[in-house]
Amino acid sequence: MAAYIAKRLLAAIPVLFGLSIIVFLIMAMIPGDPATAILGSYATPENVARINADLGLDKPLPQQYLIWLGNLLQGDLGRSYALNRPVLDEVLERFSATLILAGTALVLCSILGLLAGVVSAVRQYGLADKVITVLVLIGISIPSFWLGLLLILAFAVKIRLFPASGMYAIYGGGDLPDLLHHLFLPALTLAVVATGVIARLTRTAMLEVLRQDYIRTARAKGLSERRVIYRHAFKAALVSVIPVIGIQAGFVLGGAVYIETVFQWPGIGSMLVNAISTRDLLLVQGGVLVVAAAYVLFNLAADVVQTLLDPRLR
Amino acid sequence: MSEAVSTAAKGRARGAGRPGPIRLLLNNTLAASGLVLLVLIIAAALLAPLLPLPDPDATAPADRLLRPLTEGHLLGTDALGRDILSRLVWGTRVSLAVGISATLIAAFFGSLIGLVAGYAGGRVDAFLMRGIDMVMAFPYILLALAIVAALGPGLLNALYAIAVVNIPFFARNIRGITIGLSRREFVDAARLSGKSNAGILFGEILPNVLPVIIITMSTTIGWMILETAGLSFLGLGAQPPQADLGSMLGEGRKILFTAPHVSIIPGLMIFALVMSINLLGDGVRDVLDPRLKSGALTRPVARTAVERRTVPETRTHGDSVLEVADLNTEFHIGGDVYRAVGGIDLHLKQGECLGIVGESGSGKSVTAMSLMGLVPTPPGRITGGAAWLDGEDLFAVSDERIRALRGADVSHVFQDPLSTLHPLFTIGDQLTEAIMAHRPIRRSEADARAEELLRLVRITNPAERLKVYPHELSGGMRQRVCIAMALANDAKIIIADEPTTALDVTVQAQILSLMDTLRRESNAAILFITHDFGVVSAVCDRVAVMYAGRIVETGTTEEVLNAPAHPYTRKLIDCVPVLGEPGRRLDAIEGRPPVVNDLPPGCAFAARCPRVKPDCRRGHIALSSLGDTQAVRCLYPLTGETADD
Amino acid sequence: MTDTPLLEIDTAERVFGGGRTLFGKSLPAVHAVQGISFDVRRGETLGIVGESGCGKSTLARLIVGLDTPTSGAITFDGMDLVAEARRDPQKLAQRVQYVFQDPVASLNPRKTIRTILEAPLKHLLGLDRGAREKRLRELMEAVNLAPEFLERYPHEFSGGQAQRIGIARALAADPELIVLDEPVSALDVSVQAQVLNILDDLKKTFGLTYVFISHDLSVIESVSDRVAVLYFGRLAELGASERIFSAPRHPYTHLLLKSAPVPGKRSLIPEDANTELPDPYDPPQGCAFFARCPRGTDRCKSEQPPLEAAPGHPGHMAACHHPVEENEDA
Repeated sequence: MAAYIAKRLLAAIPVLFGLSIIVFLIMAMIPGDPATAILGSYATPENVARINADLGLDKPLPQQYLIWLGNLLQGDLGRSYALNRPVLDEVLERFSATLILAGTALVLCSILGLLAGVVSAVRQYGLADKVITVLVLIGISIPSFWLGLLLILAFAVKIRLFPASGMYAIYGGGDLPDLLHHLFLPALTLAVVATGVIARLTRTAMLEVLRQDYIRTARAKGLSERRVIYRHAFKAALVSVIPVIGIQAGFVLGGAVYIETVFQWPGIGSMLVNAISTRDLLLVQGGVLVVAAAYVLFNLAADVVQTLLDPRLR
Repeated sequence: MSEAVSTAAKGRARGAGRPGPIRLLLNNTLAASGLVLLVLIIAAALLAPLLPLPDPDATAPADRLLRPLTEGHLLGTDALGRDILSRLVWGTRVSLAVGISATLIAAFFGSLIGLVAGYAGGRVDAFLMRGIDMVMAFPYILLALAIVAALGPGLLNALYAIAVVNIPFFARNIRGITIGLSRREFVDAARLSGKSNAGILFGEILPNVLPVIIITMSTTIGWMILETAGLSFLGLGAQPPQADLGSMLGEGRKILFTAPHVSIIPGLMIFALVMSINLLGDGVRDVLDPRLKSGALTRPVARTAVERRTVPETRTHGDSVLEVADLNTEFHIGGDVYRAVGGIDLHLKQGECLGIVGESGSGKSVTAMSLMGLVPTPPGRITGGAAWLDGEDLFAVSDERIRALRGADVSHVFQDPLSTLHPLFTIGDQLTEAIMAHRPIRRSEADARAEELLRLVRITNPAERLKVYPHELSGGMRQRVCIAMALANDAKIIIADEPTTALDVTVQAQILSLMDTLRRESNAAILFITHDFGVVSAVCDRVAVMYAGRIVETGTTEEVLNAPAHPYTRKLIDCVPVLGEPGRRLDAIEGRPPVVNDLPPGCAFAARCPRVKPDCRRGHIALSSLGDTQAVRCLYPLTGETADD
Repeated sequence: MTDTPLLEIDTAERVFGGGRTLFGKSLPAVHAVQGISFDVRRGETLGIVGESGCGKSTLARLIVGLDTPTSGAITFDGMDLVAEARRDPQKLAQRVQYVFQDPVASLNPRKTIRTILEAPLKHLLGLDRGAREKRLRELMEAVNLAPEFLERYPHEFSGGQAQRIGIARALAADPELIVLDEPVSALDVSVQAQVLNILDDLKKTFGLTYVFISHDLSVIESVSDRVAVLYFGRLAELGASERIFSAPRHPYTHLLLKSAPVPGKRSLIPEDANTELPDPYDPPQGCAFFARCPRGTDRCKSEQPPLEAAPGHPGHMAACHHPVEENEDA
């Protein structure tokens, strides 16, 4: 197994390499002159030339990439012009906040989604199934940024149960209960869509598995229905749901962009939105790269878990 | 040939009776309401220029932030005094246009990549899919953000970004389907018919992929509308004065606490739009997806439903371990009732092996699976008869009692040993589980018993084999494991449903020998389902021949094989080539068995029978005895002197 | 029946997998078909029998040009079949056709029978509309189906009817050789006989040559003039049908004959003999049947037996160091 994990880690290297190329190319294909974009009204010819030399933009593209990659490997993602601090410091600080939010949401949606899916499949066409099906449909159709606004109006403005924004209280906060208090609404909002998707696929996977011959065998052996469903069927369904959870991690990480904006969570998503509007491109580049790398590693973990569950994949 | 025409005509008549796809869609309340809502929204959006709405961009600072239901402004006004209703209708128009365009772009390029990669395979596939993997390695929205960041904010750029990030989704889905289709035999057949690669890809494969593309589009379009709205919400999509639903929501957010209606209304509209699309999309998927259409995704319950209209009371074979009287099992599919088993009587003595022979659709497996309630419900149900196991009616006992009997007193061996063993548990796990479900013993004792069982079925190195997974064994080995499982709790009866059909001949011969030896050692009775008279000869003491859900003949194996009395039995024996008699012209049975939802009165075989007389097509024909053990359901059975005609 | 071979296969070999990774590590390879040589004479039916994993389907695909041998030569009527399949597959398809195992899967579910049957007439023969119409009627009559069926879709047919359509499709271009890959094994026994009888009639009417592949010995015996027995990708035995079934020389052929279930006969096979095939990724050096063979010696373990003729029967070949002689009981 350790060998398998090592092999998968090695296989992730070209993917990360590819990511860096794509991120680099996206930034390189920016129309017009980035220096002018950065400088705005300060774009005198001398300033433009200086910026171009600073950024190495006067060199050919492959060379620019290699220089950029070399810096990247040394942990140098450049400096943010708008914030005037190293991109890496800013990105890592913001990313830890995003991890707290997205991680919580992911745990929440996995548990709720699996639970709802299994209940829905086991009670197919029953009341629970119908209620869950409708809730799931609402969940995957509702714009999360709008849901966030509604929740703020309801729970922060009308009944003042939860704070409307931020990660910690401005005065006297900073401890874990304070964090959880701030975390509740955004994490819940972020989890809604993914919960719907996971619940749906879990239901389908369970229904598919429950029709398999080996489930009939389990019943023919005289196992209790509880054991048939929760041991035999659930394990097999889980194998096909785990990659979905891996993909949902991407949606949750991406969805954090909206939720962080709505709840003013100091994460990487709100940072990116700001950086895009201020054309702070190095910050955008760094942020995208770090989140994408984290996502690759997460998917790797999902793969490994799936392989652990399914001996046929070894 | 005339029969073929008539059955096909019948098939067409039935097809006409089934509701068409549109009808099916409208029968689904949720999908129909989604359709109505969507049609309303689209109509409003399309008719926007014709509707009596104020200019959506006309500002009126004096009338800013009017509440909904104000005179002249049904939904109020926004921060610049613009009419929200008008902006909503025009914004919906933009959002719809962007969502649909993005979906079409993504579907076209994604499907094309998927089709080409899946069909070409090899290097082309590897190259295209590595590219797709790269794009998928980004968290979805993040990549869209990066693209918008590069291209600059704007509605068109947002559209491109959303389309690009959705291409992999289509490409992967379509590639998977295409690979499956490319390996199908009809593709080889088309190639041998002289079709070119392009002809095959677009003429043979594409028509089969199209429903999947439509399903994928219907599930993604709502999502794409949400995402473009999201980008606009962040201020990266539509730029003022142009507005879509997302940018309206984004502008309203700034005044959420003072004038919530400015943001709530466009949000509600996005929700309604996406919800209606998803409702309709689900309906479309249900109609187009063949698995859903056939009810294949219905969960079978733990035990077949028993709704007996008739319950026989008397047992006639007191000395038998198992007696079945007048068993009826039906399948209710759509409005049709398939009488898969229409009144079966059986009895089985201790240590005896009874073979049930029949062609596919004769009801032989359903008979066997009915006994312990393993026929899937829905659509199956037992509608009559009784099955006494040592005097206890299996159709009357509680679910818990059936569970206790399954795998203990009555065990099963199924056809395909690969699909009947759980792929994720070791052989040892599955064996010990079978033992421990019926005996309160410790795991270590169960392990020892499992090892003993494997030895019993002649598996060498049993302790090692307990640790392997089913896919690591050969077909013959797997079937030995299944037999070991059936022997785990000293069953009185083993129900074997075509246990050797999936195996090679040499392996089959061994498994048959093994089963024969083991039943003599354990004195278990076997109910052996097969389509092969050769297999019957190898293991069965007695045999029952089934046709269209009924037993048409029964007797000892020798009687039925040497002097079949029913014309069907005779024909069934004669139409199979026999080793060592190569010169014999095969006596084919013309025509096809009747469909069990439309059985003719009288003898079901009458239409194919060379000896048919008018009274064969009337009334019920009973099973009549011919001596002590043989019985036949025929008015004009073959006797010794006519057996060779 | 003349003795000029229509099809000659010379040491055909097909390897799947293999090759090397980017880093030069060699990938596992499987020899699906290895060192197979035989002829098919004009007008005969050559039966090919073997169990799963013996390479019979791979061999069938090589003969119709759907797959290419890794090495060896296949000659059809004096022409290099492998080169022809690459150069002009349509021309080859006019002369060599194929009937598939799964009759329903071999028909595109979204095409009418007319479209399916017209494809070879259009692409292979280039017939115009009127000629096609005439040919379609002939074909439907040849396989005993009503012409009304042309407008229907495959799902409206039973397995037996679908297989008759598959046969009509193969027949459409008026080929000389038809490869039948398990044409009746997916069918119910009563329907199986109908299809076998139609195949027999067509062969006589159109002067066809068949390569008939099956796992079912009794079917093979009833249709074949000569029989080839395959085991683990190699030819175990080859000879006239009567010889193979009355005086088999290879111990594997013996085992097959003893194993086949025959009505009225109890099985004679011991229940615990080894039935495992060798690991295809790690094939044995000597005879592949050695582990299961009652006659095996050290020589069998180390040395691949060559195909040799039986004394007095030059056409009856077996690949065995210790073949069963005629008057001896295996």
